[in-house]
Amino acid sequence: MSTEAPEINIDRSKGDFSYAEDYAYDAGIGLSPDTIDYISKVKGEEAWVNEFRHKALKIFQDKPMPTHWASKDLDSIKFEDVRYYLSKGQKPSRTWDDVPDDVKETFERLGIPEQERAFLAGVEAQFDSEAAYSRMKEEMEKLGVIFVGPHEGLHEHPEIFKKFFGKVIPIGDNKFSALNSACFSGGSFIYVPKGVKVAQPLQAYFRINAENFGQFERTLIIADEGSEVTYMEGCTAPKFETATLHSAVVELVALKGAKIQYITVQNWSNNVFNLVTKRGMAEEDAEIRWIDCNIGSRLTMKYPGVVLKGERARGEVISIALANDGQHQDTGAKMIHAASNTTSNVISKSISIGEGRSTYRGQVHIPKRLSNCKNNTECDALLINTNSRTDTYPAITVRGDHNSVQHEASVSKVSAEQIFYMQQRGLEEGEAMSLAVNGFINDLAREFPMEYSVELKRLIDLEMEGSVG
Amino acid sequence: MSVVTTTPDTEKFTEENFRHHLDAFWLNAPWVQELKEENWTRFQELPMPTRSDERYRFTDIRKLKLEGYRPAQEPSEAKKADAIERSNIVSNYAGKLVFGDNYLLEFQGVSEELASKGVIWMPLQRAVLEHPELVKKYFLEEENLLGSEKLLALHNAFFHGGSFLYVPKGVEIEKPLCAYYWSADCNEAIFPHTLLVAEDNAKVDFVDYYGSLDEGCCSTLSCGVGTIYAGQGAQVFRKIVQNFNEECLSVQLEANIANRDSQVKTIAVNLGSKYARLQNHTRIVGPGADVKMYGLTIGRDEQEFDQRTLQIHEAPNAVSDLLFKNALLDDSRTIFSGLIKVAKDAQQTDAYQTNRNLLLSKTAEANSLPGLEIEANDVKCSHGATTGQVDENELFYLMARGIPRETAYQLLVFGFFEEIIEKISNEELRENVRKLVQKKFAS
Repeated sequence: MSTEAPEINIDRSKGDFSYAEDYAYDAGIGLSPDTIDYISKVKGEEAWVNEFRHKALKIFQDKPMPTHWASKDLDSIKFEDVRYYLSKGQKPSRTWDDVPDDVKETFERLGIPEQERAFLAGVEAQFDSEAAYSRMKEEMEKLGVIFVGPHEGLHEHPEIFKKFFGKVIPIGDNKFSALNSACFSGGSFIYVPKGVKVAQPLQAYFRINAENFGQFERTLIIADEGSEVTYMEGCTAPKFETATLHSAVVELVALKGAKIQYITVQNWSNNVFNLVTKRGMAEEDAEIRWIDCNIGSRLTMKYPGVVLKGERARGEVISIALANDGQHQDTGAKMIHAASNTTSNVISKSISIGEGRSTYRGQVHIPKRLSNCKNNTECDALLINTNSRTDTYPAITVRGDHNSVQHEASVSKVSAEQIFYMQQRGLEEGEAMSLAVNGFINDLAREFPMEYSVELKRLIDLEMEGSVG
Repeated sequence: MSVVTTTPDTEKFTEENFRHHLDAFWLNAPWVQELKEENWTRFQELPMPTRSDERYRFTDIRKLKLEGYRPAQEPSEAKKADAIERSNIVSNYAGKLVFGDNYLLEFQGVSEELASKGVIWMPLQRAVLEHPELVKKYFLEEENLLGSEKLLALHNAFFHGGSFLYVPKGVEIEKPLCAYYWSADCNEAIFPHTLLVAEDNAKVDFVDYYGSLDEGCCSTLSCGVGTIYAGQGAQVFRKIVQNFNEECLSVQLEANIANRDSQVKTIAVNLGSKYARLQNHTRIVGPGADVKMYGLTIGRDEQEFDQRTLQIHEAPNAVSDLLFKNALLDDSRTIFSGLIKVAKDAQQTDAYQTNRNLLLSKTAEANSLPGLEIEANDVKCSHGATTGQVDENELFYLMARGIPRETAYQLLVFGFFEEIIEKISNEELRENVRKLVQKKFAS
């Protein structure tokens, strides 16, 4: 097999289109207390939300960049050049026909309505700062399932919303959660009542359309006792000359015996800084699973976590990362055990192509006084080219009684024998490589709903194109 | 050897103490004086490590304080005799050096046969004067990559005890060379130094023992540095037994270089100190090298063992394997932070790293940070970390065969360490390490 770094051509055409910018509301460039007041005013927010934002802004400004451990590339984000709020002022439309034509065209190209028709229980699509389209099947509404944007959630269901908002991820958790808390707009608020099992997934699409724009969506999902829900998000952006920022905060609350599954397929164009904080809190007997797939962006920093707060709670992170030239997928998982008899599982697979770099950063914490907690972590990295790079940085702390933790990581390449074998059977080298890579992630890809796993396979094929010379 | 005078009776590392140190020990070695001046300035300029430094992640930084320590003075005659008598972990050796509070107490040179082959074995201070060019070539050449710049500068500014071993091309020494470093008096700092040079195809076995003459009555500081230079095809096997009393603050900074086809094997047995930091980075610069890094640690009471390792592969076709096993009793803590770095050109690397922690108390804490940084694609690298208790099934199995629970438990714990102990080739040392392990559990 050739060991030279080949030319890589990636077809990103799917998301690489944009429309004329014509916004009714624009908070201008840069972030100041005025920007925040502007956002609050446009949204007609209550005083406590405005205060929350101001407090967050202060924390954001005071906190240093985490470059002592994270990528120095963070320093290339020019916060002063970012546009923090853009919207056409539309309220989320309830039927597809009400969506403005250009926005509709965007989403049609992304294939949302078909997917909705196919199997989704609800869809929300966010275009820059605000939701453009939101709809949920009537029978779900009848059962009392709420699926709206955070602002509707805030206004219409304050009693549930306020109780959990900012509780799983406090403002000051990190610099980017503070940034999100200061200028959040859009996202989802989901409440699933006691015992309701939402059989089909709820879905959200996020799209950045404007250049130099920062998207800061905020998602809060609450699964009440014994309920079950699956949520899927997909993200895309066209490619601009300048870097774009996406910094979301996602909080999940699984009350006693509830199950939440959160699926992400991240395919931002490769000039997006994707700095996301995701964490779930699992009460007694609850289960939270993060299924996270990162293919796009320039730099992704995302470590989905679960706080195992109640006995017998279960947390899981399954992640796939693919880093191509000019990309750094810095992903991982956090498992914070806070009750006895809790279990957690992390399986992470990464593929580095060309000069791509993938990093696994993990944290497992089992404090004293707990017993019979278990964690299992497996990280496998596949390196395609001679100049590809991978890192693994787990941190594991264990105290207490009869807790056990195991961590394993391995790095490998696609074996020459494997490729040779497939070539003997008539496959081109590139096809053989694609097949081998798909085999590497196959057991994880099965965890995705069928449509997503087909999409994933196609995305991987695209990324692998021309990666072997 | 220079005239012994008393150190000014001030605490801490002061300008006056430093000037006195230069005059007392290094008058005849201007290049060492110069090096020490630079390090003294560096020491004063550098800040102490802080918690936000990734290389001190999880370290209880409050335990790492230099206040209250001063450069050690010469120990009393009674203590000297005690130290010499207790320097007996290996009885059949090729050469021996004993230091008490940095002062040379006993020196047994190598046989005439070895000396005639060109083997140089002597206190470092003497080697500086007798073989300056040779020492200069290897001395402090290896960079400190694991975050103890200030402590290294302190060591460099104040060391005077230490051993120097030079084994010329093709010379093989069968019996081990042994160096003992004793800490004798309260609030005093010792600076052990080992410089071990094995030229191409040389073979050597080396034992360093660190201990306190008094058991746990007062605090002392040990800030040691060790370097192995393994030439092409050289085989170096080094064992370190750190058995200070449990009030000691100890920092051991190891930096090793492995050339083409060399074998570098280190075993660190960590038993003593209140806070013990062990840094070991080994840089593989030639293809075909084989590096092994083993560690055995037992923590009890409030002891903290802070282990930081680096396996750096700069050349292709080399192998490195690390295994650190820690058993924790009472409120002890361990931190294992290891990193395998494989550079772009280091294809066909095989690198492994394993950390196993055995928690024997509900309040002990094991931290594990096994890391990989891989920039070459045709490699086999893996790491594993596990933390758990004595396996109930294994315990049951032994008890079902009539072994009382307590005994069965002990057998399993000692068995946990056998994997490391059996890698020690010297039978006497192996047996003595077993005794130290058992003693630590008995008390």
